[in-house]
Amino acid sequence: MTTKIERALIQKAFQERMDEDELMNCMRCGFCLPSCPTYIESGQQEAQSPRGRIALMKAVVDGLIEPDEEVERALNLCLGCRACESVCPSGVRYGHLLEEARDIIAQHKKMPLPVRLIRKLVFAGLFPHQGRMRKATALLGWYQRSGLRTLARKTGLLRLLPASFRQMERVLPDVPTAKEMKNRPHRLNPDGTVKKRVAFFAGCLMDTMFMETNDATLRLLQLAGCEVIIPPSQGCCGALHGHGGEKEMAKELAKRNISAFEQLDVDYIVTNAGGCGAFLLEYDHLLKDDPEWRDRAEAFAAKIKDISEVLVELGFHQLPLRVAPQTITYQDSCHLRNVMKTAAAPRRLLRAIDGVEFREMNDADRCCGSAGIYNLVEPEMSMQILDHKMEMAKQTKATTIVTANPGCLLQMKLGIERAGLSGSVRAVHIVDLLLEAAEGAQATQGEERIRQTS
Amino acid sequence: MQMDVERVRPLIPNEAKKRLIQVVGAENYDDTKTGRLVYSYDATPQFQSLPDAVIAPRNTKEVAEIAKICNEYRIPIVPRGSGTNLCAGTCPVEGGIVLLFNHMNRILEIDEENLTATVQPGVVTLDLAKAVEEKGLFYPPDPGSMKISTIGGNISENSGGLRGLKYGVTRDYVLGLEVVLANGDVIRTGGKLAKDVAGYDLTRLFVGSEGTLGIVTEATLKLIPMPETKQTMLALYQDLEAAARSVSKIIANKIIPATLEFLDQPTLEVVEDFARIGLPTDVKAVLLIEQDGPKEVVERDMKKMADICRAEQAVSVQLARSEEEAEALRTARRTALSALARLKPTTILEDATVPRSEIAKMVKAINEIAEKYQLKICTFGHAGDGNLHPTCPTDARNREEMERVERAFEEIFAKAIELGGTITGEHGVGVMKAPYLEWKLGPAGIAAMKAVKQALDPNNIMNPGKVFAKSTRKRVVVTR
Repeated sequence: MTTKIERALIQKAFQERMDEDELMNCMRCGFCLPSCPTYIESGQQEAQSPRGRIALMKAVVDGLIEPDEEVERALNLCLGCRACESVCPSGVRYGHLLEEARDIIAQHKKMPLPVRLIRKLVFAGLFPHQGRMRKATALLGWYQRSGLRTLARKTGLLRLLPASFRQMERVLPDVPTAKEMKNRPHRLNPDGTVKKRVAFFAGCLMDTMFMETNDATLRLLQLAGCEVIIPPSQGCCGALHGHGGEKEMAKELAKRNISAFEQLDVDYIVTNAGGCGAFLLEYDHLLKDDPEWRDRAEAFAAKIKDISEVLVELGFHQLPLRVAPQTITYQDSCHLRNVMKTAAAPRRLLRAIDGVEFREMNDADRCCGSAGIYNLVEPEMSMQILDHKMEMAKQTKATTIVTANPGCLLQMKLGIERAGLSGSVRAVHIVDLLLEAAEGAQATQGEERIRQTS
Repeated sequence: MQMDVERVRPLIPNEAKKRLIQVVGAENYDDTKTGRLVYSYDATPQFQSLPDAVIAPRNTKEVAEIAKICNEYRIPIVPRGSGTNLCAGTCPVEGGIVLLFNHMNRILEIDEENLTATVQPGVVTLDLAKAVEEKGLFYPPDPGSMKISTIGGNISENSGGLRGLKYGVTRDYVLGLEVVLANGDVIRTGGKLAKDVAGYDLTRLFVGSEGTLGIVTEATLKLIPMPETKQTMLALYQDLEAAARSVSKIIANKIIPATLEFLDQPTLEVVEDFARIGLPTDVKAVLLIEQDGPKEVVERDMKKMADICRAEQAVSVQLARSEEEAEALRTARRTALSALARLKPTTILEDATVPRSEIAKMVKAINEIAEKYQLKICTFGHAGDGNLHPTCPTDARNREEMERVERAFEEIFAKAIELGGTITGEHGVGVMKAPYLEWKLGPAGIAAMKAVKQALDPNNIMNPGKVFAKSTRKRVVVTR
């Protein structure tokens, strides 16, 4: 609940901070409607569409309505997938409007104490500190390995958690140990000659919970001929903060990352998570009003490139790649597709693998419902969207669902569980599959050589 | 901007609200401020007005009940599809209820023996087109927003589209309707019949009536066989009027292409900026030309048209190499209006239409008028059927410029009528063009239409404030 005073403050902040030109740029043609997952899933509710949400934001600015619970609800239910931006002929940057509106509400609204504590713990206490991320992951590893997980699952202790958290617990990957997470490389040389010099953005969750995927990424870069630098002073990208109404914190994290990378003489800064990559790519927007940082942010953002783009540029798809025969489908990471505009490269890589029959699923470009922490805070809508997604995936008869972002990966795993497909269908990050394919080809080549010589 | 206009009517009385909720259920009755705000507009710039409630009925019976209650309490009803119309036709300028059709969105039948489709009003146009295409059939009306718009909306606005010149518009494909009248009576007009002269042609009366005479709750549509082949080409010009002359020449040479679209340079630039499909942006205008039908006929017509374009100084004529390329061109063309919104905060567009022989004169006049009022006016449109969309990128906050926009569009209307044309070819009258309707119809024409309205909706509850102007003030875009 917001009080009258809070609503007045929020309204004033809307008037001061919302970009009026951007709001007016929406000419309400409705071209965004068919692309919006929440509009579709809500049975064509205009308030659950980009056009409706922009109208609400503008109406708050114009003073036509108060920023009441209903308005907040409409904004909260948005996945922030930004599919609407890709189809908007007028070029409205909806994501920026949403981010600003959410930040204003979060900053002016007194949330209940437990919510405030959790937000503080997660946003300020955990994500910005890579050491703590490691400790938390190690704790999770201990839970997974010590037998506690088995116990918790058996005794029904987990039932104390909300359903959405309980489901998430089931699909978390087996995480590395504290020791494994400690000694991360700072520089790697390529196999063969240096084709490019790149820096790697390791990410917070990716370098702990998904460390294996990060290792695979580094290995692929080496195979593709990259000298890789991994500056140790980098940290969380701040996407969760930015999308969750903690813009100031996001700015601090952005500055830390810009400082960590800007002195490096590299061709690209490589990312392997669409969510992080898209946020890094928009550091220039995040810091646009900061004269000291604006240009530096622009230079940083200009170097951001997803791993799949780098691999295609370096001809990785022409290397021998092989997996056991299987049908594969690809679920776009929304921010990779709609913000980083990377959609063709991952498909090109997948199609290049021997043994892969690539089948595009319907609506592959539609959000899977993961959307950062959306699946935890809006489980109902998220699961509705996910179940629709799994229907589409099932139609392709794929046994491997490939994604390019950790959140989407977990969501796909969850979807597989929910659809009762565990055991017959797997979900993998694209780099893990590519490494599997590169190693698979090497193994077959080895076997052939043995056969020829014997 | 019109907002919270002075209400001549009271809000919905509590009793009426209770009864309406009884009919549709509480979950389908929304009178929260947020719920009302998001149905206070359509795609028409400068118009916004809050309804008092938003109702989503589930079937014809509920619609009829709603009409009865509203008629009793004199509550305005504004039927609304996806809100993509461009004449403020679904803006509830007098409040009342906005009627949604998201529960009534099924294709009821595709009859392959009679070549008809029977649908509920909430079906999205493209979904219908795709469904009939799977059966080798063709529903030709293809308004620019067909991916979003609904059949109910298309019928109420008598929407046109890119294929108008060869295949006609929505009106030409509506065989029968189920309509709920203002008093709650349900009538059925026409049927699955090619011939039917039993009484007045009410089907045609309701098509394009903009929701002012009744509520369409079901429609039987005519389908035709899918043309065998289709070809697409682009003709490029360095002279706007030469492009327009080509249009008239093609028609005069007794060729009726499926599509004959015109885009000028500024439009090309913004569309390319969005679509990135390699449209030429270094020419003054292009014609997007399509022909469909049997292969020999298509090839012959395309060649003839290419020759005509070259004779009229087209600098280049290029045939699309694949269906993907052709589809990309058509899709890009459909985004023209919204893409023009990239240029300025406000985008005012018009829909003046002239006989196709006059298209070159009209293009010339638009450019002269733009110059006279020192405005940027971009022009695109369905040149083949004389239906142009002169569009002015402007800023509603700039009152002085808005006055000039106002005067320029008045002059464009006057010119269109002088050339034997009309004030609106396919967008409808709505609120936006109501003040000009008399220019086209004359006082006797208006009186005849008002008599029809009075007979069917004596209490004026059906989408009031549309079609007929309240005052003599002639305003296109500036409301004071």
